[in-house]
Amino acid sequence: MSDSAHGIGGLKYDPKKKARPQELNVFIALAIIVVAFEGLGRILYGDSFLFNTRDNVDAIFNWARLNIIILQVSIVGIIALGVTQVIISGGIDLSSGSIVGATAMIVMSFAQTELVNGNPNPKAIFGPWAMDLPVIVPIVVGLCCGLAAGLINGALVAYTRIPPFIATLGMMVSARGLSKWWSNGNPISFPTESYAALGRGMWPVVYFIGLAILFHLILRFTVYGKHTYAIGSNEDAARMSGINVARQKVLIYAIAGMLAAIAAIVLSSKNLTAQAGMGVMYELDAIAMTVIGGVSLAGGRGSIIGTVLGALIFGVIISGFTFLKLDAYYQEMVKGAIIVGAVVLDQWRQSRSSMRS
Amino acid sequence: MSGIELQDMDDIVLETRDLTKHYGGVHALEGANFILHKGEHVAIMGDNGAGKSTFVRQITGVEQRTRGDIIFDGKSVHFSGPLAAREAGIEAVFQNLALADHLDVPDNLFLGREKTMWNWLGPFRRLDYKGMRDDTIAALEKTGVKIPNIRNTIQNMSGGQRQCVAIARTASFHSKLTIMDEPTAALGVQETAQVETIVRTLKDAGEPLILISHNMRQVMDLVDRIIVFRRGRIVANLNRHETDGQDVVAYITGAKTQPEYEMEGAA
Ligand SMILES: Nc1ncnc2c1ncn2[C@@H]1O[C@H](COP(=O)(O)OP(=O)(O)O)[C@@H](O)[C@H]1O
Ligand SMILES: [Mg+2]
Repeated sequence: MSDSAHGIGGLKYDPKKKARPQELNVFIALAIIVVAFEGLGRILYGDSFLFNTRDNVDAIFNWARLNIIILQVSIVGIIALGVTQVIISGGIDLSSGSIVGATAMIVMSFAQTELVNGNPNPKAIFGPWAMDLPVIVPIVVGLCCGLAAGLINGALVAYTRIPPFIATLGMMVSARGLSKWWSNGNPISFPTESYAALGRGMWPVVYFIGLAILFHLILRFTVYGKHTYAIGSNEDAARMSGINVARQKVLIYAIAGMLAAIAAIVLSSKNLTAQAGMGVMYELDAIAMTVIGGVSLAGGRGSIIGTVLGALIFGVIISGFTFLKLDAYYQEMVKGAIIVGAVVLDQWRQSRSSMRS
Repeated sequence: MSGIELQDMDDIVLETRDLTKHYGGVHALEGANFILHKGEHVAIMGDNGAGKSTFVRQITGVEQRTRGDIIFDGKSVHFSGPLAAREAGIEAVFQNLALADHLDVPDNLFLGREKTMWNWLGPFRRLDYKGMRDDTIAALEKTGVKIPNIRNTIQNMSGGQRQCVAIARTASFHSKLTIMDEPTAALGVQETAQVETIVRTLKDAGEPLILISHNMRQVMDLVDRIIVFRRGRIVANLNRHETDGQDVVAYITGAKTQPEYEMEGAA
């Protein structure tokens, strides 16, 4: 074990112990998966996964597919950005999918238009006062919903002994209940034109990338980021170093809640409707993206870049299964297997790194 | 108290009066009266479970005491947490190294008191990585600790290197009092020597120190005075030049108790 010698003022350092950046491994995994689908596609169907095979389109890549992949993962990806921070801090957030549902219902109630084809909005929730409001109103309402849910999560985790798993499980059930109660299970539809424009086309991708860059910078370069890693790495050390661990946790969960709310706004705008069942299972997809991206469930390790790559792997796998014309049931099963596999890999990494020290 | 020593009140860095900590029914620390003078290095010895770490945790604000007074730097203090103690000038190396494994050396050195820019951004203020790196290198040079690559995460370092980082952290900030809880318990001979070098550096700089240690040779080499804890109580206050290893062991094991502590011990 301790074959390395240490002298006064001459502590030895073994450069071989420096691990390869986690993100590189994730990127390699992404490349391997893409190549695998490419190979299978060519063998089974004589079709390409990645490249354009149509003569009437002038492009090297199959942009249609690539766009769908990234569009598919963008909304859950936004949630995953928050989940990443929660998991790095040593917590877990099971409530994000339900926060999406509840926020979408509430937001949509403030984003409705008065007249649909000249008739009163058949899905109207509130009276005329809440019709055709400026788009900033539903946005602010949505952010407040996410903030409130996140603050409750954070306060429960930080100031009680309830483990994050249980606290956010409670929020998961309650927020889903709220979204069902809000309109007695009826969908809420017909948003204003300006609200509908928010999630149109490739905008979700733009938001995802923009937020990813923002939170990458925040985690990497700010005190908030450093303390998030410190708490996940060694909470006692963080506390003894004078970090206000409770306040930091509240902040982390609040940000995660707001990111879930942003996802809710984008999703309801994109779909032009909100339903009580919106965002079901999104929390698991977000956790999966995060873990696939190399964020350790034990805390202290991972990055936004990893999570973005994890989201891409997630999207590629789903799109690849469609491409290979596999049944949706298989997709679910394989998704489950991938999550478990990522967690096993994470645990193996941990035991290996603790053996080294 | 022996009246022979000159005991000027201005000379006292830290004093505890009747310092007591109960964990439910466990009387981990009972009525500790302790004085530390300017520039003085004092060792605390005692069996496992004697209450040494508990004593440190009360002084450093990690826990809130059950009873008693702490007078630091001439003022009665009630630290709400370790940060408050640190801001008042008490630096501590805790027994379970307060280091974050996944962070590198400068991150750990500055954990909880990062150098920052753009402070108007509140929690999102920007870290001054370069400033912290430069200061880390300077601090490690000052203490004689050499770590080839400070950008590496702590988890890949040996026990000795980790300990040196923890100690460099306390030694590199201008503190009025340094406390080390069993700093060399897990170290090899050479690593221990390095820690002892840092302790001597502090002594030369006139910085007072409380050192908790089981290492008799180390204690005899380094400190001016030895305090012995037994079952939550102070049982001896020994001048290093007036005692020896056997004598100290007698106090630790309970074979002896100093007369002035006997009454309290029986209570
Ligand atoms: N948080 C705690 N809760 C209950 N008992 C504790 C706690 N911390 C320490 N103790 C008890 O207090 C006594 C003194 O412990 P400690 O100060 O760690 O001893 P030392 O550092 O001298 O080995 C021990 O009996 C220990 O079990
Ligand atoms: Mg101890």
